[in-house]
Amino acid sequence: MQERIVITGMGIVSAIGTSVEENLEALLKRESGLGRLSLFDSIYKDQIQVGEVKLTDKELEESLQMDLNDNYTRTTLLGIYAAKQAVENASIEDINDCRTGLISSTSVGGMDYIERYYTEFATNPQVVKYITSQEAGASTDKIANYLGLKGYVSTISTACSSAANAIMMGCRMIKSGKLDRVIVGGTDALSKFTINGFNTLMILSDSLNSPFDQDRKGLNLGEAAAYIVIEKESIARNANRAILGVVSGYGNANDAFHQTASSENGEGAYLAMEKALTMAGLESNQIDYINAHGTATPNNDLSEGRAIERIFVDKVPYFSSTKPYTGHTLAAAGAIEAVYSLLAIGHQKVFANLNFKTPMEELNIQPQTETLDLPLQHVMSNSFGFGGNCSTVIFSKA
Amino acid sequence: MSKNTIYINGLGSVSIQEQSRNFDLSTMLEIQQGINLAKQPSYKDLMPPASLRRMSKGVKMGMYAAKIALQESDIKTPDAIITGTGLGCLIDSEKFLELLLENDENHLTPTAFIQSTHNTVGGQIALQMGCKGYNFTYVHQNSSFESALLDAFLQIKGSELENALVGGIDEVGSSTYKNLQIAEKINTEEQLFESGVNAAEGATFFFLNKEATEKSYAEILDISIENTMDKNRIETFLSDNNIAIQEVGSLFLGSCELAVDKEYFSSFESLFPTAEKVLYKRYVGHHHTASAFGLLLAAEHAQKQVCNEKYTLLYNQFEGKDHSLILLKKC
Repeated sequence: MQERIVITGMGIVSAIGTSVEENLEALLKRESGLGRLSLFDSIYKDQIQVGEVKLTDKELEESLQMDLNDNYTRTTLLGIYAAKQAVENASIEDINDCRTGLISSTSVGGMDYIERYYTEFATNPQVVKYITSQEAGASTDKIANYLGLKGYVSTISTACSSAANAIMMGCRMIKSGKLDRVIVGGTDALSKFTINGFNTLMILSDSLNSPFDQDRKGLNLGEAAAYIVIEKESIARNANRAILGVVSGYGNANDAFHQTASSENGEGAYLAMEKALTMAGLESNQIDYINAHGTATPNNDLSEGRAIERIFVDKVPYFSSTKPYTGHTLAAAGAIEAVYSLLAIGHQKVFANLNFKTPMEELNIQPQTETLDLPLQHVMSNSFGFGGNCSTVIFSKA
Repeated sequence: MSKNTIYINGLGSVSIQEQSRNFDLSTMLEIQQGINLAKQPSYKDLMPPASLRRMSKGVKMGMYAAKIALQESDIKTPDAIITGTGLGCLIDSEKFLELLLENDENHLTPTAFIQSTHNTVGGQIALQMGCKGYNFTYVHQNSSFESALLDAFLQIKGSELENALVGGIDEVGSSTYKNLQIAEKINTEEQLFESGVNAAEGATFFFLNKEATEKSYAEILDISIENTMDKNRIETFLSDNNIAIQEVGSLFLGSCELAVDKEYFSSFESLFPTAEKVLYKRYVGHHHTASAFGLLLAAEHAQKQVCNEKYTLLYNQFEGKDHSLILLKKC
């Protein structure tokens, strides 16, 4: 039988906190991290709500004791901050004491700095160093260097499902025997590029996002980074590490419907959840809680809601979206929500879906709106992205 | 883990070369100093004009190479689509960013943004082919393609998939490449920089299957990707696959022939004194996924070999990072 893949560490920095504990506290206290944009100027700054990490680039650099003259972008800094926490949380002393890899994800790479200096590259030699930070993989390389990790290092970018996919590839590397341990997750800083991009799609809400509500108006963007340490169970047990959960199943499928919109019946989402259940060897009624993708766009919530109704038929588990706390953190979302799923398991809590008032006409289900104490054995986390990309990961209690 | 074997059963490419496959090193074009654009094939033979108009260059190149690779394998829809790209859909990214900056965030339309995401090519291929299977995109610099190939390799080997369409795509974006010339990472027509490459663009796709066919080019025995290199790794990699150094007949190297990476390639080559070697970037230019074209050449070379030479080894790295090994066996 295949050895289990366990989670032994997690690190997170998001709009609701710069540590796992702060994030948990905000989730339990129902405190949203959304607010007005302050990181950079934008003509939309008074019209939109965003989830900013409450640390400046300088504060991040200082707390990480990094060389201020290097070309770290905010995406990179957030990534290092969260990955370092994850490694410390797992009490790993020598990152290379077994075959360790790093699989990160990001949607726009170093775009936050590229857009800032784009018009200056030809004239200002001091900013030329940021040109190569455009490569999405540059942030991952810097995280690996900071951790002193030598081994398999890679980056995935499938828009908003990226980090869930990083978790999957990490598991695959362990199952195949190529690696013993992988640090997996994602990082994305806010940028003008993404704010304007989502604005042109007319899916940014001017108020706080309200997933699965009949009157939902769209999403709020956020920035964040999160990583989890996944290991072969024997390695974790030998090192006496605390086991935070097990990755018991995952699946990725393509909606093959539209470049940015999801199909009405949520075919891709359905297939991803079905694959994950099959791999986990679970019946749908064994899932206790779903941390939904729930971006609060009209299209996503309808498509995901329908897919959930189809797969769980007459016994839909408790579900909620945590996007009202953090905003939609794009490539990092799958990792943020992996941490939240593991916190749900660790503390036996279902987190409340904020801002919900009216059930959707098209659905017979509605999200959990109060924090709930519940015995949780299996938690499902959904992440869907542009390009029809649909991903599901199932975490279980060890 | 099961012991499925993985074969390359179809391939296709768009590059600076005239054709999409069947290359002969002696007649191939060589890269010019500076930035080289890919020779664009006649897309209308393979794709309906209405959908062509909406496609960006990278999508067109990727779609074309993918279709050729599948056509050759007599396959309509693959089980999975896995792509690699270093810089993604640069042309649309630049277009959206430049309009944003010029118009101070006003008057923007979504098309360029929609097509700017790194997984656009993989998503568009899935959409066109109605492929609802696994769909991943790797964006890790000079091992983007190798990461995609490794994913497919492990899934076929582990019986998660029976087959997969795997490709690497990178397009020249004029502003980004100009910026890279300012950073002295890409040569200009007039000036050679110490760590400047001769850049190009292209797309190369492979159809991989667990069953061999009469048309199979080669078997992929193993793949290894690491962010650093030590000399023992190559010997370990070969011995893990029960292959002796002298059994490797040809080397395909991703060298840009720069002073900065010379030592990596020369110490690699020194392990194989009698092997034939091909520096494939002379024919395809440097881009993050040039190694996909290197694998295409190596696969065609393996298929044509008539002598006893059984194994081909590919090695790629850039600026001391992203060291990858791909081991091929003649079918």
